[in-house]
Amino acid sequence: MIFNYAAPQAFYPVAGKMIPWFAWLAALLAIAGLTVGFFVAPTDATQGESYRIIFIHVPAAWMSVFLYLVMAGWAALGLVLNTRLSGMMASAIAPTGAIFTFLALWTGALWGKPTWGTYWVWDARLTSELILLFLYLGFIALKGAIADPQRADRAGAVLAIVGAVNVPIIYFSVVWWNTLHQGASISPMRSPTMVATMLTGMLLMALAAWMYSIAVTLARLRKIIRMREGDAAWVQMQRNSV
Amino acid sequence: MTHAFLLLVRRDLRIALRRRGDVLNVLVFFLVAASLFALGVGLAPELLRAMGAGVVWVAALLAAMLSLPRMFAVDLAEGTLEQMLIAPQPLGILVAAKIASHWLLTGLPLALVAPLIGLQYQLSADALCTLLAGLLIGTPVLSVLGAAGAALTLGARAAGVLLGLLLLPLYVPVLVFGAGAVLATLTGVNPAAQLALLGAFLAVSCVVGPPAACAALRIALD
Repeated sequence: MIFNYAAPQAFYPVAGKMIPWFAWLAALLAIAGLTVGFFVAPTDATQGESYRIIFIHVPAAWMSVFLYLVMAGWAALGLVLNTRLSGMMASAIAPTGAIFTFLALWTGALWGKPTWGTYWVWDARLTSELILLFLYLGFIALKGAIADPQRADRAGAVLAIVGAVNVPIIYFSVVWWNTLHQGASISPMRSPTMVATMLTGMLLMALAAWMYSIAVTLARLRKIIRMREGDAAWVQMQRNSV
Repeated sequence: MTHAFLLLVRRDLRIALRRRGDVLNVLVFFLVAASLFALGVGLAPELLRAMGAGVVWVAALLAAMLSLPRMFAVDLAEGTLEQMLIAPQPLGILVAAKIASHWLLTGLPLALVAPLIGLQYQLSADALCTLLAGLLIGTPVLSVLGAAGAALTLGARAAGVLLGLLLLPLYVPVLVFGAGAVLATLTGVNPAAQLALLGAFLAVSCVVGPPAACAALRIALD
């Protein structure tokens, strides 16, 4: 039953129907999350108001790692089952993942300025996030450099799997390198008392980021389907009917 | 199977001996790049000592980037690669042989020359030994994971630049543990832990790299 939707032709209209739902959910959750984050959650005792960037920073960082794994999962599925849609899905997820990674780095830098006094610290999490961004860019670049989309999908899948195996090792090595070079750094997540409202705001924002990712990925997926199957009869028919 | 492996390695080494320039150029690049860092930062001995290992390792990674695109591309261009793919021997043998000959032609010479650069960076005798040991364990990783990268970028546009983008992030652990081992030696700590971790990463790479390279070759020559 689910496998019926593995054909781009079948999934295309379903995705179209799902996009507004996820987009609205994302908007509502973001409004709720930002309201809690900016107005309900109390001011932090040590960091003042500047900590509030956490409501964007942490969800972005979570999504960046999560999306890489989801992307690698879809890519692997495509490689194993040889379904066209899986490879397209991986292509559609990659830019969103890269953007969240960049967002996590950017907000991290902005947060670092008032708390650590500098925009960039070679903190283990920041550094591994930077390397994650490089992994995303490599995946996107490899797909862009191979002309045949089927081959690009499969080559990208191999890279994503190798990357996914390496992500924990890279993270571990960076943590290790970090402790070797500068001792334990100041950790913004270590504040022992995280007020419940802070956590609520963060979770709401994480859900919003999740819903946003789904909506944007589906929209991008539809575009990829149109681009790749542009010559197929069903796309032509749809084009004529609109 | 060992026969096919040895045959392939011997073939690659013989070809390399006849085009000696290709191999030597990578080595010269390694020396030039590593020496330039000192010109860029000045000559305070403590500074040089602190960064020597990192410089050697970064230069080795960059040198690997220069040599890797040729791993399969030459054979692909002249049609040999297709013949090797349809040969009765398993594809893994071909990949293993390519990795072995790549390491013998780039990783091993780099490791043997590196102590020279270490001397330029005022490293002590102990640190030079650690540097050499680290390079001997670590440079095979460059060839093993590099094989996957080289196979993935076969037939891609601007393969050389792309290869750097794909592989350099994956090489982070080698850099961290390789340079970390030398730094540990310099501060009087036993570098065995770093070298062991480097060996562990080599083992993981041997599990991940060759199958990925085989899959990528099949995709490239589909």
